[in-house]
Amino acid sequence: MSAVPDMLTSMVRKHGLLAYLFLAPALVLLATFSFWPVVFGSYLSFTDFSLVRPVHWVGLDNFRYIFGNDMFMTGLKNSLLFLLIVPFIQLGAITLAVLVNNQLPGIRFFRAAYYVPVVTTVAVVGIMWGFMFHEQGSLNYVLLKLHAISDPVGWLSDDAIALFAIMFVSLWRGLGWYMVMYLAALQSIPAEMQEAAILDGANLWQRFWKITVPMLYPTIMVCTIMSVLAALKAYQEVDVLTQGGPMNSTFTALYYAYDQGLKHLKLPRGLAASFVVSVFCIGIAVLCLRYIKPKHR
Amino acid sequence: MNTISWRRLPRILLQYSVLLALALVCVFPFWWTLVVAISSEGNIFEFPPTFWPQAVSLDNFIEVFRVIPILAFYKNSLWITFSTVLWKLLLCSLAAYPLSRTRFTGSKLVFGLILATMILPSEVNFLVNFITMTKIGLVNTYTGVILPNLVTAVSILLLKQAFDEVPQDLIDAARVDGAAEWIIFWKIVLPLITPWLATVGILSAVEAWNEYIWPSIVISKPEDFPLSAGVLYLRGTYGSSTRVIAAGTILTVAPILAAFLFTQRFFMRGMDGAVK
Repeated sequence: MSAVPDMLTSMVRKHGLLAYLFLAPALVLLATFSFWPVVFGSYLSFTDFSLVRPVHWVGLDNFRYIFGNDMFMTGLKNSLLFLLIVPFIQLGAITLAVLVNNQLPGIRFFRAAYYVPVVTTVAVVGIMWGFMFHEQGSLNYVLLKLHAISDPVGWLSDDAIALFAIMFVSLWRGLGWYMVMYLAALQSIPAEMQEAAILDGANLWQRFWKITVPMLYPTIMVCTIMSVLAALKAYQEVDVLTQGGPMNSTFTALYYAYDQGLKHLKLPRGLAASFVVSVFCIGIAVLCLRYIKPKHR
Repeated sequence: MNTISWRRLPRILLQYSVLLALALVCVFPFWWTLVVAISSEGNIFEFPPTFWPQAVSLDNFIEVFRVIPILAFYKNSLWITFSTVLWKLLLCSLAAYPLSRTRFTGSKLVFGLILATMILPSEVNFLVNFITMTKIGLVNTYTGVILPNLVTAVSILLLKQAFDEVPQDLIDAARVDGAAEWIIFWKIVLPLITPWLATVGILSAVEAWNEYIWPSIVISKPEDFPLSAGVLYLRGTYGSSTRVIAAGTILTVAPILAAFLFTQRFFMRGMDGAVK
C-alpha cells in the first residue's frame, strides 16, 4: 500500500471510522464474552460473591483457602505434570507428519485416520475410552496378550495411574491436529533443498536435523506454546473420564475451578483457581514471546 | 511395481506397518464401540472381549430412540451449528476485512487484543458468562448458547489471511467507480474468498457440533440439549446398559465423521493457513 499516492491516504483516514463500524459487532462480543469474564472474574475472586447476597470484598481469603486446599494443590501439581505430554505430542506429531508426507499409495487414508480423533467430541471420547480403560476392557486384554502387563491394570480406578491414562487420551486427541500443522510446514519446504542435500551425500538423519528441523523451527515454536497452554488448561478430559476421582487424584487446576464454580456453586473459589491458571498462562506466553522473537527474525 | 526397487522394499514395508499400527490406535476405540453397539450378544467386559460383531441387530439403536429424545438432540445440534456458522462467518469476515485492508488509528491495538484472547484461559469464561446470561435473560435460549462462540481469534486470523490475498487493484477499481465500501466488501471481496469461508465454516461447524459443557450449562431442560451433551445425559441416566450407551455414542459421532470424510481437504487447508 505504500506505493499508492495520497489519494488513498485520505480515503484511509476517512475509513478509520468505517473500519470500526465493520469491527464493532465482533468487538462488542469479544468484550462481553472474552474480556469481561477475565476482568469481572478477577474482581470476583477477591469477593464472597453469590447470586443471592450483596458482594463483599474479602481480600486474599479465597486464594488463602485454595492454596490450603488439598484438592486444588493436587490439581495444580497435576496441571504442571500435564506438561509432560508436550514433548511427546510434539515429537509424535512431527514423526506422524514426516510419515504421511511420503507419496505412498493410500497415504490419504492414513492422514484421515490420524485426524479422526480431533473431530470427535470430548463427550464421545470420554465414553469410548471409558470402555477401553475398563479393567476387563479390550486395552487390558490386548496388553495381557502381548505380555506387556501381567495383571489387568485399573487405568481409571488406580489413583497412581488414572492421571496418566487421562494424559494419554489428551495425547490421542491432540496428535492429529499438530500433525496437520507440521504437515503443512513440511510441504512448504522446497524440494530442491532436499535434492541438493542428497547430491551432497547427506543421509536421511543428517537431512532431518540440518534441513527439516531448522525449516520447521517457527512451527515447532508456535505448536509448543499452544500445547503448553492447552496442557495447563486441560480439564474436559477429566470431566468425561473420572470427574476428578479416584480419591481426587485426577483433579487439574481448571477442573477444580469448574468443579467448585459450577457443581458446588463456590464461584469466587473457582474464579480464584482460574486466576492462578491465567497467571501461569500469561507468564509462560510472555516468556516464550520474549525468548523466541530474536531467533524468529 | 517396477518403480519400487527391491532394495527399498523393506523400508516401504516398515513404513506401512508403522502407519497401520498408528492408524489402529486412532481408529480402534471407534471400531470396538461400534461392535458393542451392533452386537446383541458376546463379551464386553469379559476376557476375551468380542472384536467382531456377533448376532448383529439394531435393537440397541432402537432402544436409544426410546430412552432419550435423540431426534430432538439432532435437531438442536443442527440448529446450533447452523446459526453459529452463519453468524460467525458474517461477523468474523466483517472484522477481518478492515484488519487486512486498512491501517487505521488503533488497528495494532485491536489486532493485539484479538490475539490476546488466544492466551487467556477462555476455557472457564463460562463461569462469568453464565452470570452475564442470567443478567441479560438469555438462559435457556439457543441465542445464549451461540453468542459467546461467534467471534474467535482463529477465525478472524484465517479470514484476514484470505483477504490479504485479494488483489488491491480490484478494490481500487471499484472505489474509482464510486462503489461504497459496504458494496465492495459484499459484492466483490467476499465472493473472492469463498473457499476460505468454506474452510472456516467447516472448522467452526465441527467445533459448534462438538461443544458440550457450555450448552449443558445454559440449557436446563435435557430435551433441549444438543447431541454431545445429550450423549453424556444418556450415560448418566442409563448407566447400566453399555450396549445402549455405545449405540448412542455411534449415533453421535456418525454425522461428524461422515462430514469430515467428505470435506477432508478443507481441514488440511485451514491448518495450512494457520501455519503461515
